[in-house]
Parts: sequence; C-alpha cells; structure tokens
Amino acid sequence: MTTSKTAPQVSSHLPSARRTLSRHGWPIGYVVFILGLFLLYHSLVPNLGAGFAGSITSWLPVSVVNESLMWVIMALGLNVVVGYAGLLDLGYVAFWALGGYTAGWLMAAPFNWTWDVNVMSAVATKGTHLNFWFVIIIAGGLCALLGVIIGAPTLRLRGDYLALVTLGFGEMITQFFKNSNDIAGFNLAGGDGGISIVDPVGTGPFTSLGVPQKLLNNTEDNVYKIIVLGLLVGVCLFISLRIREGRLGRAWLAIREDELAASMMGVPLVKAKLSAYAVGAFFGGIGGVANASAITGAVSPSGFDFGKSVLVLLMVVLGGMGNVWGVAVGAFLLSWLNSNGLAQIGTQLDSWFNTGLQEELPRYNYIILGVLLVLMMLFRREGLIPEKRTKALMTQPSRTEMESVGADITEAEAVEETYEASTSGEDAKIAASAADISPSLAELEGQMVVADDAPVSSLRTGYPQVDQRALPPDLNGRNSASNVLGGFGLILVLVAVLKFSLIGYFSYEVPGFVVVLVIGLLFIAAAVLLRIRTRRIIKAATAPSKTTPSQDEEMAR
Amino acid sequence: MTLLDDPVTPVPTGDAAVDNVLYADHITIKFGGLVAVNDVSFAIPPRSIISLIGPNGAGKTTFFNVITGLYEPTEGTVFLQGKDITGAKPHARAAMGLARTFQNIRLFGLMTAEENVLVAMHPHLRAGIISTILRTPAQRKEEREARDIARSLLEYVGIGKAEGELARNLSYGDQRRLEIARAMALQPKVLLLDEPTAGMNPQESGRFNEFVHRVRDEVGLSVLLIEHDMSVIMKISERITVLDGGNLIAEGTPDEIRSNERVIEAYLGKTGTREGRRKA
Repeated sequence: MTTSKTAPQVSSHLPSARRTLSRHGWPIGYVVFILGLFLLYHSLVPNLGAGFAGSITSWLPVSVVNESLMWVIMALGLNVVVGYAGLLDLGYVAFWALGGYTAGWLMAAPFNWTWDVNVMSAVATKGTHLNFWFVIIIAGGLCALLGVIIGAPTLRLRGDYLALVTLGFGEMITQFFKNSNDIAGFNLAGGDGGISIVDPVGTGPFTSLGVPQKLLNNTEDNVYKIIVLGLLVGVCLFISLRIREGRLGRAWLAIREDELAASMMGVPLVKAKLSAYAVGAFFGGIGGVANASAITGAVSPSGFDFGKSVLVLLMVVLGGMGNVWGVAVGAFLLSWLNSNGLAQIGTQLDSWFNTGLQEELPRYNYIILGVLLVLMMLFRREGLIPEKRTKALMTQPSRTEMESVGADITEAEAVEETYEASTSGEDAKIAASAADISPSLAELEGQMVVADDAPVSSLRTGYPQVDQRALPPDLNGRNSASNVLGGFGLILVLVAVLKFSLIGYFSYEVPGFVVVLVIGLLFIAAAVLLRIRTRRIIKAATAPSKTTPSQDEEMAR
Repeated sequence: MTLLDDPVTPVPTGDAAVDNVLYADHITIKFGGLVAVNDVSFAIPPRSIISLIGPNGAGKTTFFNVITGLYEPTEGTVFLQGKDITGAKPHARAAMGLARTFQNIRLFGLMTAEENVLVAMHPHLRAGIISTILRTPAQRKEEREARDIARSLLEYVGIGKAEGELARNLSYGDQRRLEIARAMALQPKVLLLDEPTAGMNPQESGRFNEFVHRVRDEVGLSVLLIEHDMSVIMKISERITVLDGGNLIAEGTPDEIRSNERVIEAYLGKTGTREGRRKA
C-alpha cells in the first residue's frame, strides 16, 4: 500500500537522452529527406514505369511539393508568434506580401521606379536584378522591421484585441498594395496588376553540373527548386529549434503561460513580444520572396487575402502549436490538400464511383478544411504532433486542480505522511488518525455516489476510483458538441435529400448534392462516435472497476 | 553571479531613501474619487523581515502593487536602494532586485521547475537572438552556469529532485517553494511574499517561518510579507505595519502591535483573527 504511486506523473523529465539525440540528429534526417525527395523526382520518377510514375506525379506533382515547402516556411514563422509566444496574429499575410513585393522591386522585369542594377543575378536584362539570396536576406530584414513597426503599438494589447488589430493591419497592407499604383501620382507597386515577371532563382556555380541557369516554371526546373526551398525550410527549422532553447525562447514560453507573472520575473514584455514578432515576420519575408520568385513568378495583391492568414494559422493549429515538426507536417498536408489533394481525391473517387467530384471537392475546400478543424478540435485538440507541454495541458488536469476537486489527501499520501511524521511523536499520531479517518470518510461519501458493493479502497476520494487522467474534464462539453454536430449534419442531409429545391433561390447553381450528403453524414457519424466515446468514458468511470490492483491488495489482506 | 552574496552593511546616512532597501515616500493612490491609500510612508531596512497587515479593503494589495509597479501612485515616490523607481515598469523593478511571489501561485505551469527558475534569470543573462541561434561559446557557457545556479536554487528550497518536472505537476507545497526559488533567481534585494502560508497547516507554516529567517540570514535580503494569519505574522516578523482604510495606523514590533489599541480596535477588535483568516 505504501508503495502505490498516486500522484499523476507525466513522463516529462524533458532533458532525456532520447531528446538530446533528436535535437542533434534531425539535420541529418532532414537532409536525407530533402535529397530523397529531390532524387525521387529527378532520377527515379522519369525512369519508372508510366503507371507508377504517373500516380506519383498526379498525386504529388513537383510544383505542389515546392508550394508546400513554401507554406512550411510561412507556418514555421507564424508558429514562432502563435506557438512560442502565444500571440494570436490574424494578419500574418502582411509579411508574406511585403516579402513578395520586395522581390518585385529588387528582382523583376523593369519596374518604373527601380534602377538598372545587376548583382550576381542570372537575369541580364534591364531593370533591378539582385541575387535571390540577397533578396531573401533583405526581405527578411525589411519584414522584421515592419513587424517591429506594426508590433510596437499593437503588442501592448492583450489576447483578442491583439488579434483584431493584427487582422486590421493585415488588411491594411493588402489594401495599400492594391492602391499602390497611384500614391500621390507615384506608382510604387503596380496596384491591382502587381509586378511581374519576378526573376526566377538563379543557380550560379551549379550550372556547370548541368543544372539550368535559371529555375523557370516547368517540371524539369521545378525539381531543382526542391533543393532551394528545402534549404530555406531547413534554415527556418534550424532557427525555430534553436531559438526555443535559449533565454528568449524561455521568455516567450513564460509570456504564453502567464504574462503578468513573466513581467514580474523581469521579462520585458514588449521587447520579448517584439522579438517574437520580428522573427516571425522574418520568416514571412522569406516565404514571400520564395513564393514570388520560385512559385508564382509574380506578385499581385489578389493573392494576399485574409484567407491566407487563416490558412497559415490553420496549418499551425492542425499541426500542433509550438511543435516545429507538427507545424511543418500540418503545413505540408494542408497545402497539399488545398492545391492538389482535394482535386486528386475527387478524381480518384470519380474513377471508382463515377461521381463527378473532381470539380466539386476543391470548390468546397474551406468547408472541408473547416470540418477537418472541427474534428481535430474534438478528437485531437493538441494537433497532429503536439508539443509535449501542450499535450499535458490538454489531456490532464493539473495536480492542484485535481486535488482541489477530489479529497485533499489521498489515502496513500496520508500513509506516507504518517511515515514522514513518525519521527516526532505527536504529529505522527495526528497524521495516523488522519489516515484512519480518510478511508472511512471516503467510504461514507463513496456510498452516496456509487453502487454499494464497490471496494472500499476505490472510494477514497468520494468519487469512484478511475484514472482521472483518462477522464476528460469536459464531459458536458463533449455532449453538447455532439448535439451540435449531429444537428448540423441532419440539416445538411435534409438539404441534400431535398435535392436543393432552393436552387432557384440562389443566383448561382449549387451542384453536387452528393458532397453535401456525404458531409452531412460525416457530421452525424462524428456526433455518434463522440457520443459513444463519451458514454464509454462515463461508463468506465462509474462502474466499479473489478481489476484494480488496490482491490487485489484488499483481498490479499 | 553567486547564490549567496556577502552583503555590505551600509553606514546610515540619515536619508530614509538611501538607508532603507526600499522606501515608499508619502504614497497616495486614488481610483477616481476613492482614496485607496492615503499618504503612507513605509520603509524596509536592510536584512529585515517586515509585515504589512490590515483588514480586508485596508489598501494592502494596492500598496503592494505600487511597490511592484502594477499601479503608479497618484502622489509620492518609491525608492529602491536610493534610486527613484516610481515610474519604472515591473520588469525593470524585478531586474533591479524586487522579487515577489503570488497569493494564488502563478508559476509557468507547462515549464519545468528548472525552466521556471531560469525565466527569472532573464535580466541577468545577456544572450541575444543571434548568439542563441548560433549557440556561441559565450552563450553556451552562460546557459550552463545559469542552469547550475537554477539547480542550486532548487536544492536550496528543497525541491532539487523536481528540476525536470512540469511545475503544474508539483504538489502545492512544492509549488510554493518553487515560487520562492524563482523569485530568488532575480537576486533580489527585497523579497515580497504575498500570503505565502495560505493553505499551509500550522506545522508547515512553522517550517516556513524558519525558512524565511534562514533565507534572510544567508542571502542577506529583506523580506516583506502580506499575511492574514496572525499567528504567522507575530512569529515571523521583526516589525509590522498596519493599514486600515488606506491609512497607516500603527508601526512597530509584534509586541507593540499586539498591545496597540488602535490596531485592536481596527483589526483584531472588529473582525478578529479567525474571521480575518477565513476571509483570506
């Protein structure tokens, strides 16, 4: 009895050997991954049989790999702001835009006010042509500066207010570039049309190895962009991982946990938040240049809408806020779904069931992503690959919380205290009597709650003995969530079954009742599943557990 | 940076702002028309243990918040070691040697005990963004030393084994200890303890009493307590300041306070110790 361990222990001795290994071993793994990806598309795919190669290129074309890598940079940047420092930023697209326009000014076909400069660029025509890598650094710096300028007044705000203000700033930047063709008569950034053509990435010394001099937008050149973007992602990963470990990373975490306490412990709030913002913006700038130069080859304000900010945020949340790897995976996945995955899934379904979904699914991307988010929040709130700490927060009540809910003292602890206090006679008596009392007291309380033949030792807290860790603290929330889900699903199914009798009401055609039907059914399925799970948990909690070790001990006595 | 600096005993100069580690000079705080603290002067001499008491609504917490920098006083000046800190932000004050704990524990729950302490060493560490990313030798040395100090602090408060445990998983008592270790990491001149014995049983608060004296003697800092438990106050403090209705009504040794009629009338007489404790 005395040896039984009652305190909820998270296996969180963080500086473990395994962790150290993963901390130092990842660069090798990452390089292997990127090189493998490169070799797959460079050497393997062209030499594979048409069928297999075709399925690879249709499910994951090189261009989509590149785009996803670009989004990984963005998500990593936002992760520093949202995941590390806990500042909700809804206007992250602003930095993406500024990065793109920096590329437009410094490495593009002649634009009206830029000068004829050529710095180590592969493009030799008139106009400003700086080397891609210089532009990356300049854009990163500019965006960090913009981050500080935007952040200085806004970061004094807290929580929701900050989110709103950043949302405003994000929109402002887009509007600014939209109207940038006539700023007091001066054409700064081409207005609605933006700036095109942005220079492709030059390859410099690698041309001697048979690499094309400029990485244009075709399949062959796109393969080489994997290396370029992979390198950028690698740098961002490196910075993200290292910055988290030091003085600044700790300050961000502390701010995320408790702002007031952090300031009382000597963390300068505004300065620390500004640096998080600046680092995030730096990544955003890199992403912007990569997008303008390697993905789209042009910049225009229409690409920088609020939806993009939300998409990046979604990547961070789905992947696992705060965990670099989770965020990277989340970004890759969502970006794939958004650009190619949904259409491809549709095509596949078409070929199986002859449904005609190829056109439809991408049209409903936001609904589908929304459903995905809802499902994630229900079943895996901490994200795909959660940060260790966050997982502890979301899956277990804290110890003090548990102790304030249950009895202050569990039986085993009481016994332990007896042992502790037995050196001083009087205290030992008190503690021992406490240990005597607590089971009988618990028995009394327990009988009020549970069936009568439950073993005494399982009733020590007045609640049936369940592993409280397994018991989610929000059973009510789960039930209402399941109600909402089920209700919404029913509505969708109804709408689908009525075959859109309302079609005439809308000016546009609403196609594909199958999609709505399926989504509706999905909702209902989710609701039912959730109900079942909740039931099971409650059942497990209320039924007297017949095989608890404590009962066995009881029997042995 | 050593854990136990040998304090230099200063020669009294006669200037209250310089002689005392902390000196609050004629503080008045008004919220709109409401006077929360009315012209209170308050001093914490070096290496002393001072308590601030008073019934609910006496202005203790308000006064405390002026000292820590959450409020700016309507009138008056706060000095820390002779320096005017009236306009300084909380983090700046913390860096200058003003550390506190919280009434309802405010640890960084999802950080380990060690990390909690390391956060408070922020003002004393120098590493910036670039050196952290590059992990320069200087940064690594600094981190190593900081970790050593953090561990020794955890040992000092008696939770050395819990260094890798998330703060939220520690027991209540250990969380209180961790808060003190965290506050001590700031290398404070003054340690402000806001109801540190709340939730402790008599035996524990007795042990706590010894601990506070030990810290004072070994580290050489001053301690300011806000406490409701009169038995703790009387045992632990060397001098007691009593506030009532925003006014300072008494100041003196525990014995003087115990026999002070205004105090008995305002504090003990009206509410009584038991009630006062329960309300806390």
